[in-house]
Amino acid sequence: MLNAATIEVENLAKRYGDVEALRGVSFSVNEGEVFGLLGPNGAGKTSTVEILEGLRTPDSGRVSVCGLDPQTSGVEFKYIIGAALQSTALPDKMRVREALELFGSFYPRRRGTVELMKRFGLEEKRNAFYSQLSGGQKQRLALAMALVNDPRVVFLDEPTAGLDPQVRREIYDIIEELKKEKKTILLTTHYIEEAEKLCDRVAIVDHGKVIAEGTPRELKQRSGAVTRITVRMTKPETNGALNSLEGVTECRTEAEDYLLYSTRVPRTIVALVKHLEEQNNELVSLEISAPSLEDIFLELTGRRLRD
Amino acid sequence: MRLAMRNRAFFFFSMIMPLAFLFSYMTLFGRGRAQAVPYLLAMVLALTVMGSFWGLSVQLVTFREQGILRRFRVAPVTASAMLASSLLSNYFLTLPTIAVEFFLCRFVFHMTGLGNLISVFVLVTLGTVSFASLGLIVASVTNTMQETQIINQIIWFIFLFISGATIPFPLLPGAVQAVAVFLPATYLVSGLQRAMIEHTGIASLGMYIASLMGCALIAFLVAAQLFRWDPETKAPRRAKLWAAAAIVPFLLLGAWETLNGDLRAHAMKNLRSMREPYSLERIDH
Repeated sequence: MLNAATIEVENLAKRYGDVEALRGVSFSVNEGEVFGLLGPNGAGKTSTVEILEGLRTPDSGRVSVCGLDPQTSGVEFKYIIGAALQSTALPDKMRVREALELFGSFYPRRRGTVELMKRFGLEEKRNAFYSQLSGGQKQRLALAMALVNDPRVVFLDEPTAGLDPQVRREIYDIIEELKKEKKTILLTTHYIEEAEKLCDRVAIVDHGKVIAEGTPRELKQRSGAVTRITVRMTKPETNGALNSLEGVTECRTEAEDYLLYSTRVPRTIVALVKHLEEQNNELVSLEISAPSLEDIFLELTGRRLRD
Repeated sequence: MRLAMRNRAFFFFSMIMPLAFLFSYMTLFGRGRAQAVPYLLAMVLALTVMGSFWGLSVQLVTFREQGILRRFRVAPVTASAMLASSLLSNYFLTLPTIAVEFFLCRFVFHMTGLGNLISVFVLVTLGTVSFASLGLIVASVTNTMQETQIINQIIWFIFLFISGATIPFPLLPGAVQAVAVFLPATYLVSGLQRAMIEHTGIASLGMYIASLMGCALIAFLVAAQLFRWDPETKAPRRAKLWAAAAIVPFLLLGAWETLNGDLRAHAMKNLRSMREPYSLERIDH
């Protein structure tokens, strides 16, 4: 077991009735790493995480967390993991402090309720009922609860889904802090920003399979360093013409925008301006962006993440 | 210790329902006659105890549907610990209601004796656990709140009307009585009546206590066996078989009671206690 990864997932398969949720998912996460499962809704992220948490049984494949099998290890396993589930709740009339104390009482090794409330900005809400909390506060409580037992491995399933950008940033800060504590974190998300900002390594999941894996940087490099140019014009264009501009490898339309993927950006822009002059068309806006994970996802699957 | 902590989650019950029953029984049927009070109180106590049947099953299904149970599952909590803690908290919430009912009967409705309190306590304890566990079984074999409500409703009405908790047992038609001896509720009601009116000690209530204890134990084991954490996992077919297994001891018990029991005789005698010996001198109010 020397140098074994903290989380190992091998060839995981799971079907619900006719739906094949997982079709051979494999990856591994090292000690102290923040690993992201990135993919659209229904890609199989939650199924994977819930199998790792021991909430679901896989049809086939193997998983281990710190060398333990979530299905058979029982309490010993529960002691070392912390989890913030995606679809869960607490009783409406449970108070913040009570929830932390209650869940803390299940573990021999635990963190102080006061410390957790302070850290997650819940002190003012310590006596508030669960039903009175806002979405962001509920999520902060869920994160605090995931840490009551000071776990070695933390599972965060869509920790920022449905939250507004400001609250999302607060959650990022918290996760950044956990990273400093050298916790091993497995996080699922369909926000590109989140994966790029927080994760050491990312696996892109689609239709129950890992379609790419690596550090965000590696993934971008692998995509062939194609830069995206987003253009908006006063008159619509026929795609064919833009596609044949110098350096353009691909052209897509998205609402009123044209997305040009180019390997030689300066030349493409010169060619674009010339083309527009000939067509008596005018630029409304132009934006150049380095390839993001979003583009990689698009490149690999032909779809955007949030479709 | 951990159980006690957990209980905090379950502290939301009301006393209103049983107390409403208490008052309506006392005023409707008792009409201010003190000697009727023990009989009626026994009925109300039985109803209070049987109320556990509803409370816990509905709560468990709510918790499951809202995904609250899943959160507990990620923590080191076992199914039987979950169930035991909810039973325990339900029990501790039932006790004050029982105490209030006694208090009101003694001081507001002028009940003269308190019956055999030890017997009452034992019966209430076993009854609460039994009925709550039966409710938990229903919660585990049904998949949605609607199903739970329907099944609960059906079983509840059976318990309510043919156990003697609402209509005195001797007034039920013979055929219904024959069925009623197969129900745990019947034993609870008549056991309580004997304890209240005849001051019967636990030693003489062996059959009643044994039946409720058996019910509590089996129902709890079955409930633990059937427990489901996740709203998505449906009740397997074998769950219904397990639930059916919970009924078996009552078939045996009912059969025994039909052959040798004295339940009916006692029920009749206790019903009369309500009228005698003062039935003629109506106290007007």
